Amino acid sequence: MLIRTQDLWKIYEMGREKVNALREVSLEIEKGEYAAIMGPSGSGKSTLMNLIGCLDTPTKGDYYLNDKLVSQMNDDELARIRNKEIGFVFQTFNLLARATAAHNVELPLVYNGTESEVRKRKAREALKMVDLEDRATHKPNELSGGERQRVALARALVNNPALILADEPTGNLDTKTGHEIMNIFKKLHRQGNTLIIVTHEHDIATYADRIIYIRDGAIEKEERKKN
Amino acid sequence: MINIFEIREAISMAFAAIKAHKMRAFLTVLGVLIGVTTVIAMVSIITGLNKSMAQQIESLGSDVIYVTKSEIGIQFEGPSEEERNRPPITFEDAMAVEELCPSVEAVSPQNWGPGAKTVKYRDNKVSRFQLIGVMPSYEVVNNNYIEEGRFFTDSDVNYRAMVAVLGYDVVEVLFPNLDPIGKEISIAGRNFAPKRFRVIGVMEERPSILGESQNNFVLLPHDTYKKLYPEEKELLLVAKPKNPELLDQAIDEITQVMRIRRGLAADKPNNFAVATQDDIMDIYRNITKAIYMVMVVISSIGLLVGGVGVMNIMLVSVTERTREIGIRKAIGARKRDVLWQFLIEAMTLSGSGGILGIIVGLLLGQLVAAVTPLAAGVSLFWIILGFSFSVSVGLIFGIYPAYRAARLDPIVSLRYE
Ligand SMILES: Nc1ncnc2c1ncn2[C@@H]1O[C@H](COP(=O)(O)OP(=O)(O)OP(=O)(O)O)[C@@H](O)[C@H]1O
Ligand SMILES: [Mg+2]
Repeated sequence: MLIRTQDLWKIYEMGREKVNALREVSLEIEKGEYAAIMGPSGSGKSTLMNLIGCLDTPTKGDYYLNDKLVSQMNDDELARIRNKEIGFVFQTFNLLARATAAHNVELPLVYNGTESEVRKRKAREALKMVDLEDRATHKPNELSGGERQRVALARALVNNPALILADEPTGNLDTKTGHEIMNIFKKLHRQGNTLIIVTHEHDIATYADRIIYIRDGAIEKEERKKN
Repeated sequence: MINIFEIREAISMAFAAIKAHKMRAFLTVLGVLIGVTTVIAMVSIITGLNKSMAQQIESLGSDVIYVTKSEIGIQFEGPSEEERNRPPITFEDAMAVEELCPSVEAVSPQNWGPGAKTVKYRDNKVSRFQLIGVMPSYEVVNNNYIEEGRFFTDSDVNYRAMVAVLGYDVVEVLFPNLDPIGKEISIAGRNFAPKRFRVIGVMEERPSILGESQNNFVLLPHDTYKKLYPEEKELLLVAKPKNPELLDQAIDEITQVMRIRRGLAADKPNNFAVATQDDIMDIYRNITKAIYMVMVVISSIGLLVGGVGVMNIMLVSVTERTREIGIRKAIGARKRDVLWQFLIEAMTLSGSGGILGIIVGLLLGQLVAAVTPLAAGVSLFWIILGFSFSVSVGLIFGIYPAYRAARLDPIVSLRYE
């Protein structure tokens, strides 16, 4: 089992009020799975993704990634997991504006001390995966939205992570470009990557083998594609 | 701690940031620039001063003793009450020293007095020069000899002859292409009408000191000078020992003779000053020490102002780049990675100011070297020191902003607009 969460709670305290962003979420995802998380706005999708992505820690409950108890790790260990095991794709791309596409893709490798030559090679390979080798020297503002998201995808997979997470990756793209991105995800899945994407759109969710519905911070139901 | 690639990344990001905001970066490091410029420029000037001073003081001869009324040195408030009330060094003192001190070979009483207004030959005129009354011993004691013509004799002094010996600079102006020997010049004083003197000699050229020419003078026989300025009693007394080993002994003898002449009791301090070339060297060293202090103060203020500027701009930068920090954390940057990124950026910024300061300082030094006779130069030590200081400023004042950056929560910063 790649991911196993047990009664995860995330409670935000806003003064006297408490927001239960996640309530008793227990979830298992296997290596090589392609899962989509759906749910209304404010239901806790991003909160769950941030926990799975080790950007945040749960208020209560346990989270095991690769059988390691992540919910008890310290900041440095979490940073290392984010760097090595997880590739994150965001709705707003989140690229460094001043850096070229290639530099953006190389960045995760900088933080694990990869040699410059190796970094360049891996960045080139990752950009090739998303069909963007010819834009390597472009800055984000010289790229279209779809191209930016492809750079972000290349960055997410450059370290060969165990898990790729995407929080509404098509949210800022038109339908056609969105589907182009989803086709790349499909390709990545076929190559054996484990993917979890958050989306509002049913069309997009159907790319996944499994759809998890969340409402008010709890898992409501699940659907699996039969094949 | 953090890997070499991160350091390179941080430095290149820092240069990108500087390039993106050139003016802002420049203004930020202005203080650092001024601080380092001050250090480098002052050090190169002082180094130049040291070189020429040492040479020139040597060239005066290291075995000469000066006897003066007040202490030689820099007095910011002028001589003290006690010093002003001291009796002057007189011609009689000079004669007594010459006669009674066995280790003294010769003394040269020199009457510098209030000086003269102008010296003229036909239409040529010099209005800023030293008029000095001297004895025939001047040549040997000052280690400065006649080049053309002859020097004063005892009879020139005794008969108050209206003769003059000129320094090189005066000759160049008054006699651009004439042989000055035997010509009549006219000297006008502050309190006497123009008088005619016959030129009998020209002194050999002396090297300048601190850019000040040492050849801008007219010498008169002592008694002739006395006649022009009857109430001028104050003298500079220069004495030369028989040989350099006798310098200390000569100083003791002179001190003894002066004390006896003035009837000073054993428990009273000297009411005159005896100094050697070494003492003058010490005075010079004290001047440079003072310059160094000024330098330290100016550069400290500069570095402090620069440091505050760096801190301010780094705080702005951390806020502006909150999202970038979030991105970096999301892809695996640890707290310390972010901390060092911003520290390195601050150090790159202030270090660039330091490098600019070094360049400007060196240029200033070269400029001084070009327009003055000083051989300005600065050793690598000071360049490295200036650079290290500027980098340290970035390190110290970058800590707080970098700490703020490192502490940011990744999720909050990713959401930051
Ligand atoms: N930092 C926070 N402080 C307080 N409440 C928060 C915080 N972050 C999220 N919440 C609350 O937790 C709940 C879940 O938020 P979350 O961002 O996970 O929703 P979401 O399902 O991703 O919504 P959307 O589809 O709009 O992105 C919301 O009610 C939100 O207001
Ligand atoms: Mg969300």
